[in-house]
Amino acid sequence: MKQITVLSGKGGTGKTTLTAAFAVLAKKAVVADCDVDAPDLHMLLHPEIIQTQEFKGSKLAFIDEAKCVKCGLCREKCRFSAITEDFRVDPFSCEGCSVCTIICPANAITLTERISGHAYISKTRFGFMAHAMLTPSEANSGKLVTLVRQNSKILAEKESVDLIIIDGPPGIGCPVIASVTGVDAGLVVAEPTMSGIHDLKRALQLLAHFDVPSFVCVNTYDINKDNTEKIESFCKENGIEVVGKIPFSPKVTEAMVNGKTIIEYSPRSAVAKEIEDIWEKLSALVSEKSFT
Amino acid sequence: MIVSIASGKGGTGKTSVAVNMALSIRNVQLLDCDVEEPNAHLLLHPKISRIEPVYVPIPLINEELCDHCGKCSKFCQYNAIFVSSEKVLIFPELCHSCGGCAVVCPKKAITEDKHKIGILKLAYTGDLRVVYGELEVGEPMAVPLIKEVKRQIDKSRNVILDSPPGTSCPVIETVKDSDFCILVTEPTPFGLHDLKIAVQVLEDMKISLGVVVNRAGIGDRKVYEYCKEKDIPILLEIPYNRRIAELYSKGIPFSLEMPEWSERFQILFNDARRLVGK
Repeated sequence: MKQITVLSGKGGTGKTTLTAAFAVLAKKAVVADCDVDAPDLHMLLHPEIIQTQEFKGSKLAFIDEAKCVKCGLCREKCRFSAITEDFRVDPFSCEGCSVCTIICPANAITLTERISGHAYISKTRFGFMAHAMLTPSEANSGKLVTLVRQNSKILAEKESVDLIIIDGPPGIGCPVIASVTGVDAGLVVAEPTMSGIHDLKRALQLLAHFDVPSFVCVNTYDINKDNTEKIESFCKENGIEVVGKIPFSPKVTEAMVNGKTIIEYSPRSAVAKEIEDIWEKLSALVSEKSFT
Repeated sequence: MIVSIASGKGGTGKTSVAVNMALSIRNVQLLDCDVEEPNAHLLLHPKISRIEPVYVPIPLINEELCDHCGKCSKFCQYNAIFVSSEKVLIFPELCHSCGGCAVVCPKKAITEDKHKIGILKLAYTGDLRVVYGELEVGEPMAVPLIKEVKRQIDKSRNVILDSPPGTSCPVIETVKDSDFCILVTEPTPFGLHDLKIAVQVLEDMKISLGVVVNRAGIGDRKVYEYCKEKDIPILLEIPYNRRIAELYSKGIPFSLEMPEWSERFQILFNDARRLVGK
C-alpha cells in the first residue's frame, strides 16, 4: 500500500483542490482529509457518512467546589496557568496533564475526558474517504489526524485499495507531522510568492527530517514567473523534482463554488490538463519506489 | 489595545492585513504568532536586534536513583516517558513540560533538562516593533513558542497579533486575551466554511470580532449573507486585484505602493478600537 501526502507549509496554496482532483484521477484510492481543524475536502467530494466515531483526544481538570479547600497548591503547580483566581479550570488553557489531581490535598480534582471531535468513514463518488472534524477550539489535532490515517488504512485494506491520498493541514507542527510520518511521498504545493518560497523550504526540511521523499508543484505559477524560476532552481540544486506548474485560472474558484473538482468542472482547461500530467508523473514515481 | 488577525482557512491574507495595518498606524508592535511558518518579516524586512533560543523543560532521569518503578510513565498523559526494566526513554517531542513526572517519582530521580524548540527574534523597522518565533523543523508543539512570543507584548503600543491558520491550540493561544479579533476570509465555499468554525471559536472565547473579506469579487455572496445573518460587521473588503497579488508575491506590502489603502487600514484599526470601546 502506498501513501501520498499533499502538503504546503503555507495555507491556501491549493492542497485541497489538488487532492480532490487526484481522487478523481486515481480512480481507485482512499482519500484522507487530515486537515481536521478546517477540513474542506468534503465540499468537493460530498462524502456520504457511513460511520461516525467520537474522538476523546484530551482531558480536562474538574474542581469539585464542595471539596476544594482553596489552598492554591493546584494554581501554584499548574504550568499552564489554567486555574483561575476563583478556583475554576480555564478550558482554553488546561492541557489535561493531571498534575493538579495528584497535588490536591483534598482530592477535589478529577480529570474528565472531553469529546474533542468526530472521525468519519464515508463513501464518495470516487471511492472511500476518511475524515474528521475537531471540535472548534480543541487541542490534540495530531491525535485526531492519526485516527483518520488509521481509518484510511483499515478502509484501504478492507476494500483492497493500494493507494491512500492524504490532504494535509498547513504549517509544520504536530498535525502536519502526524500527516507525513511513514508516507511514501510528500507533494508540496508551492505558490510563487516570497512567503510561498519561505514556507516551501520549511515544508521540504520537514519531509527530509522524517525521511519522506519529496516532490514539488507550483500553483498559480504565472502570478510571478521570476519566483517560479527561483523555486525551480532551488529544487534542482537540492535534487527535488518539480512535477508540474499549474497556471492561475478563475475556473478553480468556479469549480469550488459549484462543489466540483476541477477535473469534473472543466476537464479541458489548462489547469485540469496540468493536474492530470502531475498525477501521471507522481503516481508513476511513487509506484516505481517499490522496486528500488 | 491588542488586535489579533486570524482565519480558519490558510492563505486568506492574514499576514497581508496584519502588515498593512501595522504600517498604516503609529506606535505599533507586531507579533507574528505563526511560528510554524512566520511570514510577516518577509514583507517588512525588519532589522533584527536580538535573537534568543527558546527552551522548554523536559525530564532528566538520574539513572542511579531510578528503580524503574514506572510511575512516571504511568502518570504521563502524553506517553512521553517509556520505562523498561533496564532503561528509561524520554520523547521530548511528546512532552508538554507539565512537570508531573518529577512530582510522582518516589525516588526523586527526575529533575529537569532544557530542550530547544525554536528561536525568538526581536526586530524593528522605523518605529514599528516586530517580534516573531521560528519553530525548529520537526518540533511538533508550537504553543510554548507562541507563549514566548506573546510574553514580549508591550501594552504601551498598539499590539497586532498575526495568528497561524486553523482553529486548534496554536490559534487559541494566539487570540487568547486579545481585545478584538479580525477574521480574514475569502468569499468562497472554503472561506465561508472555515470562517464559521473560527467564529464559533471566538464566540466560545468571548472575543469580539469583525471580518475582512479578501479577494472580494471571486466566488459567491454567501460570506456576506452569513455575516449579515450573524450580525458580524464586515470591516473591510480588499478586491481581487492582480496588482495586489503581484506586489504580495514580491514581498511588498501593497499599502506602500497604493497609498489610498493606508487610509483604509487606519479606518479598519479605528473601527476595531471603536467596537471594543478603547
